Amino acid sequence: MSADPPDRSITRRSFLKKTALAAGAAAGLISCNPVVPAGRRKFPGRIMGADWKTGHMLLEGRKTAPSATVKTGIVIVGGGIAGLSAARELAKNGCGDFLLLELGGTVGGNAASGANAVSAYPWGAHYVPIPGEEAVFTRELFRELGIIEGYDSKGLPIYNEFYLCADPMERLFIHGRWQEGLVPNIGISGRDKQQYAEFFGMMEGFRRARGADGRRAFAIPLELSSADERFRRFDRMSMRRFMSVNGWDSEPLLWYTDYCCRDDYGSTLDDVSAWAGIHYFAARDGRASNAEPQAVVTWPEGNGWIVRRMAEPLHDRIRCSSCVLNIGRSGSDIATDVFDSRTKTVTRVVSQAVVYAAPRFTAMKTIQDLRDRPSPYVKDFGYAPWVIANITVRGIPAGKGAALSWDNVVYKGESLGYVDAGHQDISYYRDKTVMTYYKPLVPGDPAAERKRALGTGYDIWAEMIVRELSAIHPGIEQAIEELNVWIWGHAMIRPVPGFIWGEARQAALKPLGRIHFAHSDMSGISIFEEAQYRGIMAARAAVNSV
Amino acid sequence: MAYALLLSVFIISTCGLVYELTAGALASYLLGDSVTQFSIIIGVYLSAMGLGSWLSRHIVRNVITVFIEVEMLIGLVGGCSSALLFTLFEVSAYFRSILYLLISVTGVLVGLEIPLIMRVLKNRFEFKDLVSKVFTFDYIGALFASLLFPLILVPYLGLIRSSFMFGIINVLVALWALRLFKDEVRWAKGLAGTAFFLLALLATGFVWSGSILQFTETLGYKGDIIYAKTTHYQRMVLVRDADSLQLFLNGNLQFNSRDEYRYHEALVHPGLGSIKEPKDVLVLGGGDGLALREILKYGTVRSVTLVDLDPAMTNLFRTHETLVALNKGSLNSPKVKIINADGFVWIRENRRLFDFIVVDLPDPSSFSLGKLYTSTFYRFLDRALAEDGVIVIQSTSPFVARKAFWCVVNTLRSVGLETTPYHVYLPSFGEWGYVIATKRPFVMPDRFMPGLRFITPETAKAMTGFPPDMGEVATEVNRLNNQVLVRYFEEEWARYVR
Ligand SMILES: Cc1cc2nc3c(=O)[nH]c(=O)nc-3n(C[C@H](O)[C@H](O)[C@H](O)COP(=O)(O)OP(=O)(O)OC[C@H]3O[C@@H](n4cnc5c(N)ncnc54)[C@H](O)[C@@H]3O)c2cc1C
Repeated sequence: MSADPPDRSITRRSFLKKTALAAGAAAGLISCNPVVPAGRRKFPGRIMGADWKTGHMLLEGRKTAPSATVKTGIVIVGGGIAGLSAARELAKNGCGDFLLLELGGTVGGNAASGANAVSAYPWGAHYVPIPGEEAVFTRELFRELGIIEGYDSKGLPIYNEFYLCADPMERLFIHGRWQEGLVPNIGISGRDKQQYAEFFGMMEGFRRARGADGRRAFAIPLELSSADERFRRFDRMSMRRFMSVNGWDSEPLLWYTDYCCRDDYGSTLDDVSAWAGIHYFAARDGRASNAEPQAVVTWPEGNGWIVRRMAEPLHDRIRCSSCVLNIGRSGSDIATDVFDSRTKTVTRVVSQAVVYAAPRFTAMKTIQDLRDRPSPYVKDFGYAPWVIANITVRGIPAGKGAALSWDNVVYKGESLGYVDAGHQDISYYRDKTVMTYYKPLVPGDPAAERKRALGTGYDIWAEMIVRELSAIHPGIEQAIEELNVWIWGHAMIRPVPGFIWGEARQAALKPLGRIHFAHSDMSGISIFEEAQYRGIMAARAAVNSV
Repeated sequence: MAYALLLSVFIISTCGLVYELTAGALASYLLGDSVTQFSIIIGVYLSAMGLGSWLSRHIVRNVITVFIEVEMLIGLVGGCSSALLFTLFEVSAYFRSILYLLISVTGVLVGLEIPLIMRVLKNRFEFKDLVSKVFTFDYIGALFASLLFPLILVPYLGLIRSSFMFGIINVLVALWALRLFKDEVRWAKGLAGTAFFLLALLATGFVWSGSILQFTETLGYKGDIIYAKTTHYQRMVLVRDADSLQLFLNGNLQFNSRDEYRYHEALVHPGLGSIKEPKDVLVLGGGDGLALREILKYGTVRSVTLVDLDPAMTNLFRTHETLVALNKGSLNSPKVKIINADGFVWIRENRRLFDFIVVDLPDPSSFSLGKLYTSTFYRFLDRALAEDGVIVIQSTSPFVARKAFWCVVNTLRSVGLETTPYHVYLPSFGEWGYVIATKRPFVMPDRFMPGLRFITPETAKAMTGFPPDMGEVATEVNRLNNQVLVRYFEEEWARYVR
């Protein structure tokens, strides 16, 4: 019994303020202190991320001769979502004779995660939207993992409510306060509203649209989208151009669409094809018995939760710390040389087929045939660099307006803001949490940004991140217990104009003999469903090829 | 003498900046959003200073006297500003206006200082020297203040005390100037007297500033605070007013001893009285032991598990004499097991079955509390409930928050439980609502144990009827992923309180 009594002797206003004060004071996030005292950093942290190690391993490994040979049916290179999906598919279909080789110390790839005493947290992918009509594989997997618990009388999936992203989901810091939702609605004009209505109306139209071939205009997996030129033509223009030919120049709308491009593709409106840009809004059609259509599933460790559950039953066929150096021929078989970075030995794995589920750009270095006859399309595979930080803080980052949400974004901010890793926690009282900060390195040329990112030291990253967060949470520096940074040099494929439906991707999709290509790169869009689809399709093709 | 005055330039500019920083910090502290607050405060303050400088031209005679008076005024206004603002924040609806007014007044006065001092000094230096010297000291003072404020004043003195201290310094400057110019000043004696009075006032404020902070809290309560403590989780305040005792958590009334028996009898007896031989009982929340007092009146009950987050709360109600008298020592009963844990986390792990479950948690006024009213939470309650057991849930006011109340009912139904909503009138709270949830249809008992002060078969019957103004309304189901209840609750209570 604890609401305000009618004859309250204390007003609700003062209660709200008091609790806000108490929360803020506990959080140490209310600043009475406008000047951040200069001096030493007060928290530990370091730069993580495997990118820089790879080249080193390749160099070291190439100098070593294979000391053993093993045989297996199929080799899977790479243990991201694509590789794990391929492995699951093989195991499910009675082709248990395979080996998955993963460069990192654990599987997961871009869905890597970490944990400390406060919370688990993602280092990359952190959610999956509830799957729609065409995402059959994802729905099946979700049922197997208990993310979908059953179906209601209308056939709609019932989701495990601990995995559905808890409310409140999103907030935006704009004009000095937090609003609910990410589409700016504070201080917008009638003209902005008009353009919102037009834009979202058109996206809704695309969501329902089907081409002459009867397929949905924009589908996930994207391979199942309509081939109708009415829609595919959008791939040849940039999202920026698409916005301008429709006469949309509203600043908040352009900001929002640019934010979405950076969020999903790590690239700006100028660099993302309009087809990909529209796909973001028009492809998702998932429905659920107990959630809204735009719902997502998530965990403290992000998609790392799915990774763990996928990998568990396969653990005896997964080799981590195993860097594939070379894929060549051995008679009619394929010889994969793999460097074990712990034992510093090279093993030759002889197999009948290979599922190549590592990023496509690495194939040019590891596959003998591609080294001998370089593809003219190599340069078409471009990658966006990203920086992620996990920041453990005392107190819960609050602020004026909408309450702390899962996704916390800043209008016109430098980064994408942060995700509260502790968001799915059901306990009433949280006195610490981990903020996962996301930043695609735009708008510069990706290669230059990558180089600069890898050359930038921890202190500079920490300072930049803290400075950015201090603007929305004054005094947060005092509340930080730990701040670690992860630099993804080649985080995700860039769906630049012409890439998704152009020749380079089509050419790269063709198997090289019995080497089949998986990985989300092969879709040109880096999302869970695409990685999974590519993995399963490549595994099926590999089985058929032997 | 000239250098003494330059030194006072340094001091007064330090004071001036400290007031500005204090106001900015205080505004962002109380109102949140420091960037906006700071910008507005700085803007208002600077423009008021401009106004002050401009006004200085109208002071033609007795420049030095005016200067001394201005110093004393700044000492008074600036010195008391923090204490005043803290106090007014609690009681005034016009806090912002008062804040800006106070800032403007301080700004105008501070704006007067430098032009006046320059005029006092104008005959002692050459003009270009004068300008350069005065402004140098002015800026050094500003630098000094901007370092002093965050590094020393805020951490060691706090805002209220810092203001008082700088008020004292301003008055001391006035006294010093009075000494230097005692021949030129009119009413020197009167001024000195006022200055000493101000000094005494400000010094008292400085010494008592701790109690000022406390006082601001007591303004919120009618009656005497007999116990106050900020625990790890909440602020607990016990207030005695005449012969009644009230507990506030985070400023929210939990019970009033005058009529709490109504609330707790209505919470416990309809449900528990309907069970043939209740044995195992679970209480979620209810750390005050008052629901427990009612439960222990049933002889067949052999174990009660009480899960309350805050050990400070259960300890207080186990040991404080007045409170133990109120709950009849229920928390010390050997049948009772107290678990200080999070209710949701605990029930999720729980595998025991209970005949009677009482959910006596705070209203869903935040997202973290809203979780304790979701379908997911109720599924765990259902799992913990014996086949013919009863759950009862305190469910806010169906009069004030009608949608919120029926949302609780609908959410319980959505997980397959039978519901029996009811309500009672509590003088301290108004119309209050409860929901009974069962696996089988519930029948209200037609007999109750003797000795109850409120629940009788008649009152119990009347409780389940809802007049049209509290009647059932359609609502969504409250889920972890939509938290509709918190939104209904916020909206309805905000409308009511306004
Ligand atoms: C910061 C970030 C955030 C993201 N957020 C989301 C999100 O929220 N939701 C979403 O759906 N998607 C997100 N993504 C996209 C994500 O990339 C995909 O969802 C998916 O995880 C990609 O899986 P993959 O298997 O295709 O590729 P990867 O994860 O890149 O897997 C490739 C694997 O190959 C291994 N490898 C590389 N070279 C070798 C070698 N020589 N030998 C052996 N192994 C090798 C790598 O170590 C890696 O484990 C995000 C990506 C990033 C970078």
